[in-house]
Amino acid sequence: MTTRSTIASEAARPTEDIDERTRLSLYRLLLEIRSVEKRAYDLFLQNLVKGTSHLSLGQEAVAAGFAAAMRSDDYTFCTYRGHAHTLARGAPMVGVLGELLGRQCGLMQGKGGSMHLTSVAHGAMGSYAIVGAHLPVANGAAWSAQYRGTDQVSVCFFGDGTTNIGAFHEALNLAAVWKLPVLFVCENNLYMEYTPIGTVTAVQHPAADRAQAYGLKPINIDGNDADAVYRVAREWIGHARAGRGPALIEAKTYRTSGHSRADPAKYRPPGELEEWLARDPLALYRSRLIGLGFEEGTLRSIEGAVQRAVDEATEAAKASPPAPPALIEKDVWADGGSAWRN
Amino acid sequence: MAQLTYREAVAAGIAQEMERDESVVFLGEDVADAGGVFKATVGLLERFGPKRVRNTPISEQAIIGAAMGAAMTGLRPIAEIMFSDFLAVCWDMIANEIAKARYMSGGQISLPLVIRTANGAGSRFGAQHSQSVENWAMSIPGLKVVAPSNSADVKGLLAAAVRDPDPVIVFEHKALYASKGEVPEGELVDRLGTAKVLRQGNDVTLVALAAMVPRALEAAEQLDREDKISATVVDVRSLVPLDTKTLLAETSKTGRLYTIEENPRLCGWGAELASIVAQECFYELDGPIVRITTPHVPLPAADALEDNTIPTVERIVETVRRTSG
Repeated sequence: MTTRSTIASEAARPTEDIDERTRLSLYRLLLEIRSVEKRAYDLFLQNLVKGTSHLSLGQEAVAAGFAAAMRSDDYTFCTYRGHAHTLARGAPMVGVLGELLGRQCGLMQGKGGSMHLTSVAHGAMGSYAIVGAHLPVANGAAWSAQYRGTDQVSVCFFGDGTTNIGAFHEALNLAAVWKLPVLFVCENNLYMEYTPIGTVTAVQHPAADRAQAYGLKPINIDGNDADAVYRVAREWIGHARAGRGPALIEAKTYRTSGHSRADPAKYRPPGELEEWLARDPLALYRSRLIGLGFEEGTLRSIEGAVQRAVDEATEAAKASPPAPPALIEKDVWADGGSAWRN
Repeated sequence: MAQLTYREAVAAGIAQEMERDESVVFLGEDVADAGGVFKATVGLLERFGPKRVRNTPISEQAIIGAAMGAAMTGLRPIAEIMFSDFLAVCWDMIANEIAKARYMSGGQISLPLVIRTANGAGSRFGAQHSQSVENWAMSIPGLKVVAPSNSADVKGLLAAAVRDPDPVIVFEHKALYASKGEVPEGELVDRLGTAKVLRQGNDVTLVALAAMVPRALEAAEQLDREDKISATVVDVRSLVPLDTKTLLAETSKTGRLYTIEENPRLCGWGAELASIVAQECFYELDGPIVRITTPHVPLPAADALEDNTIPTVERIVETVRRTSG
């Protein structure tokens, strides 16, 4: 795996460019995402969460690294695999778990579900469940920021499979032509649902190898290393914020669970999962912090606090009433209703 | 009153709203320098500049996505899809994303945007540039749908659509772009969800939309003249919201309902109207509801074929004559 050399060089790099506070908040974000998603999985097994769910277990460093580099008024657009990105922007755990449980306390009061987590107040502008659809929408938010002169940046996350759908190419071209403040971030987890991405894609790096077609620089990063992600995010968000146009970033990572709840992931070659588990972003970051001299006690206290927060959020969500039927005909229109006739 | 063509009224409506509100922006293919392939946006670039009037590549998903993202972050975009047939290319953005964003987000996302598109037959463009597809939009919860039939209505309904807090699709009719009509001077803002009674009669009620409206009016004159059949003509104007009050009242008065629809037969707007009337004013009816539509076929290109595919004045007159006795 080429990423091993990246890790080695990462450890050898001067580290002062990321301050202690940022490092601890990155660690906390990684933990929060991991813990909430593990809890979501447990709730599935208890049959409390219905429908489907797409977890980011193993991919947390991408969400954490970008969110840590974003300003609170920047925009996030993500996919149906969006719990991580929504939490990373600061959406409350109880709102996320409540939505998965179909409770009134859910971020969208149960109207959207796992695949559509949205928290506009936190800049999480929606999770989109039709592959590729949100790239053009992220452009629109970036266009609006450019038009209003606010220097906000729009960051759009998607999987490797998205690079083969038309909307990806339409969005990249328009973003480049209009020089929009938008970052397209491909989380290449090696599989398009159940199919190895390499078997259905004409190039080796599904996103980065397409960058030059839109006049952009190919950027490949280690998506399991939160520091590497954070550095690249900081650099290119700054670039976009300064009015220098879009970027396309490919973060190589791996989901250690199946595509969705229904997928046991039997298509993995032997040893692959184990190899990636050895590079688990959370374990990797913890040992990095210890290596940098952070106190074991400091990390333990963060771990304890996150665990308590997840437990409390779980209990609060479970205690919240089911979404009431009165919501069915609510919020089709801006007037709060759904009337189509007089 | 000023005499404006339908296409001039479109440009006037957009200009009125852009002048009033800086958050109104306009994008589409060939809309800026060229003034639109139907010349319905001539002069907007010169007046409002390239920051607000933007040409796009041939990328319908990118156009509609840009409008959506801009609308959810404070702008009021107007997006043009050159031919309504091309809505199929970006239908995901419209049907799955725009229509559902407010609902799925529990009311967090607002999308005050307008999609304008040239709909309908009569130009001999063949099956992929001539369809009437307003029923596609009508069937998706979360979209408002209007289809104006004259210059004043297209200006006023377009302005109302821009000011509406919800997504609105404005189906302009390409066979009407050259038609002239009186448009009141000064600011004009119409109301979505309102039908208009254009002619009052006693015997039959003809309900029509867009380019079928002038045909219904002409048929009504002919029926009066030649058969002493007195027809009410109602312009539906707005499919969502639908002005069922007016439509039910005007049907009840004559007891006979005819829908005149340019769309192919199955699931046209008239089918929904017929079901509402059958359910809610059945005992006011003096005979069967009759739908006059395009047959359930794709549209042919040749003039001799196209002219006889969509409902003609002759077909309307003949159908009413045969069935209203």
